[in-house]
Amino acid sequence: MANRTLTFSVFRFNPYDPDFGPRMQEYIVEETPRMTLFTALTLIREEMDPSLQFDFVCRSAVCGSCAMLVNGHPRLACRTRTDELPAKIVLHPLPFFRLIGDLSVDTGSWFAEMAHRVESWVHTTETFDPDAEEARMSNDQALSVYELERCIECGCCVAACATAQMRDDFLGATGLLRIARFWIDPRDQRTDADFYDVVGTDAGVFGCVGLLACHDYCPKNLPLMEQLAYLRRRVMFASLRSAVGKKERQPEEQEATR
Amino acid sequence: MTTIMTDVLVIGAGLAGERTAVEAAAHGNQVIILSLVPPRRSHSVAAQGGMQAALGNMARSAGDSPDVHFEDTVKGADWGCEQDVARLFVNLAPVAIRQMAHWGVPWSRVVPGPKRLPSGEIVEESAEKEGLIAARNFGGTKKWRACFCSDGTGHSLLYTMDNVALQLGVQVHDRTEALALIHDGSRCYGAIVRDLRNGELRTYLARATVIATGGYGRIYGQSTNAVINDGTGMALALETGVVPLGNMEAVQFHPTGVVPGDILVTEGCRGDGGYLLDKDEHRFMPDYEPEKKELASRDVVSRRMIHHVRQGHGVESAYGPHLWLDIRHLGQEHIETYLRDVADICRDFLGIDPVHQPIPVRPTQHYSMGGVRTDIGGRAYGLAGLYAAGEAACWDLHGFNRLGGNSVAETVVMGMVVGRSVAQDLVGSDFSFPDAPVRSAKAQVEQRLPALTTYGLEYVWALRQQMSAILMEKVGVFRNGRELVTAVEELQELQERAERLGLRSTGRGPNPELSAALRLPGMIRLAITIAYGALQRTESRGSHYREDYPARDDALWLRRTLATWPAEADLPRLSYEPVKITELPPGERGYGETREAAKKEGARG
Repeated sequence: MANRTLTFSVFRFNPYDPDFGPRMQEYIVEETPRMTLFTALTLIREEMDPSLQFDFVCRSAVCGSCAMLVNGHPRLACRTRTDELPAKIVLHPLPFFRLIGDLSVDTGSWFAEMAHRVESWVHTTETFDPDAEEARMSNDQALSVYELERCIECGCCVAACATAQMRDDFLGATGLLRIARFWIDPRDQRTDADFYDVVGTDAGVFGCVGLLACHDYCPKNLPLMEQLAYLRRRVMFASLRSAVGKKERQPEEQEATR
Repeated sequence: MTTIMTDVLVIGAGLAGERTAVEAAAHGNQVIILSLVPPRRSHSVAAQGGMQAALGNMARSAGDSPDVHFEDTVKGADWGCEQDVARLFVNLAPVAIRQMAHWGVPWSRVVPGPKRLPSGEIVEESAEKEGLIAARNFGGTKKWRACFCSDGTGHSLLYTMDNVALQLGVQVHDRTEALALIHDGSRCYGAIVRDLRNGELRTYLARATVIATGGYGRIYGQSTNAVINDGTGMALALETGVVPLGNMEAVQFHPTGVVPGDILVTEGCRGDGGYLLDKDEHRFMPDYEPEKKELASRDVVSRRMIHHVRQGHGVESAYGPHLWLDIRHLGQEHIETYLRDVADICRDFLGIDPVHQPIPVRPTQHYSMGGVRTDIGGRAYGLAGLYAAGEAACWDLHGFNRLGGNSVAETVVMGMVVGRSVAQDLVGSDFSFPDAPVRSAKAQVEQRLPALTTYGLEYVWALRQQMSAILMEKVGVFRNGRELVTAVEELQELQERAERLGLRSTGRGPNPELSAALRLPGMIRLAITIAYGALQRTESRGSHYREDYPARDDALWLRRTLATWPAEADLPRLSYEPVKITELPPGERGYGETREAAKKEGARG
């Protein structure tokens, strides 16, 4: 494995440089032990082509900046070791998101918009009392909220999603997960009807056609498939309840739907 | 050039910047945050370990209080911090953490009943405390005080903070970089900013400007910091010629960056009972620190590790010598539950399973205690209307060494304090934006661009690598006068060469080479400021360790370095101010600096 010569074929396009159109460009790199796409691309930029655009921040798979298509599959580049790949490595920017240049895409604007749409914050009428002890919560509850909050907004799930390619307004697995995160949070006072308004549409849970590439490609192994099923059940119960005129969920039903 | 006006301009969207923005916005101000990257990608997201706040909910934190937290902080700082700031901080940390819980952070909670510690001891968590915020053990603290969210404390805090910023209508202009502050020598009016989506310049005029750009770790080659942590905000302040940076020679190294890659593995590994081993798999820390062992403060552990490696006990590798961090004995369940990110890092980046194999680590640059010098309200010295918060600032909570878990706590506490200062100062403040400083700041930026694209033979990445090598070798964990003199001279030479920087690419649009070239001169000035301050400080204090002056010298050096950079100068101008001692007079830190320990080291070496 060691000492292979790697050929990187990288998508290049700088919309602000009219001299060059979109094209693929090749770079030859000598592989070193434990090389990642972060180390390789940094080497290419610093030693071969300082104009090459890509986005790394944490380089440790926690910030979600560096998702790109690696030989056609959406992945976090920083966490991809070259020894997992063939000697020819083809890199494209993540699809779906607006291209900034080369391998860099504008995930930030899309995720900010998503957060606005799902009103990604705890809705509560309680005010904070700086002198009071914190409200209690069971550790299991805290862990289950944390489990749904682990999304790093890399965009792999949306880039891999067939529905997202067809309709711009689809919330994507990440958006649905965000809803679920607040729906199970005991601090959030939104009702089932409030959540239904956000996700009970074709841009929400009913838009998903069940191909589940999101689940396959999530680099954090988030329970996207389970959450989708969970949301669909809750949305269904919420709509049934409104049909029979019951206003809010009962505690025992909450358990039943889990 | 487009001009955007706002009440408050915050530069940096990490925890400190966003907390400041939220506080200022909650007081009715219009707030814009500038960020190099989407806010949730800021380096705060990477804080794994925890946030210090004296809640005293655990069996092992019984009797904890802000007073004990204060003592730990001041001792950790080696008495180099402002004690009134430390007092304000420890008193507010419990409020800040509960407020974060109110906003949605899923803090890990107390589970009652007996719990077996890795040491084999059993502790009984109280049923009375069930469901309150839990804490874990961290290096350098008397009590269990580091509150945490599983293994993603920074992630949960930053996401929650950004949610609240969104809720309050704080605008984040991401992919932008401030290139110069607009000021007239007495007041700051905003910044000249480059849009990293298209390369265009914009003017932001603000009644208050806050620097919250984090640390400068990337000027050292090996750093746990994110690749965006170039210290740009500190460099902007230094560039004004009137705003001083405080204690820039105080640089913290983290004992456990992985090799290669320098990704930090959390203090929690050692807090939960992890060992440090040498090439013979000998656990060497108890030889040096019989009491605290692996949990002595970071600067002590880092120095013991480097010392041990210099004695020939390091593990040789293609990336230089390293030591082992061993968490195997904690067991699979503990590792998968509480140290999951550590396990992921090892498996994904190193191809190592920490359940069965030790982790290769070495001390790595980690934290900047120094920064833009401010008062206790976060107001920068030298310019009205300029503030700083978080790691970019030096209101001086950390002195010469920061405790693990105090940086995350500082971001949210200081953000709250600085946001309030900004809001107070803006009430009834009324001034117009004068034209001359805006034009002068624009000209300062605009004249640099054509110079870079038309001539110059020096290559930005080559100079950068040389700068990092000088700092790592000569301004690292061990320092001495001879090497520091050389470091300053070599860095000055680089500074001269940086005037002849030229681009190899076109520089069009959001060109990364242009971004790096615009940043480099400021980074070199920070490097010189660190090395020069370290050279002048002829004592050892906290993380600043002089081999030729190994003792702390309170008679001469119980004071803070202030560095300004006058226009056209080739060195910073240093002055000193006294450190504020309000409660705890200087004494022994109680870990690693005792005579016994020193004797022991001498005997071994």
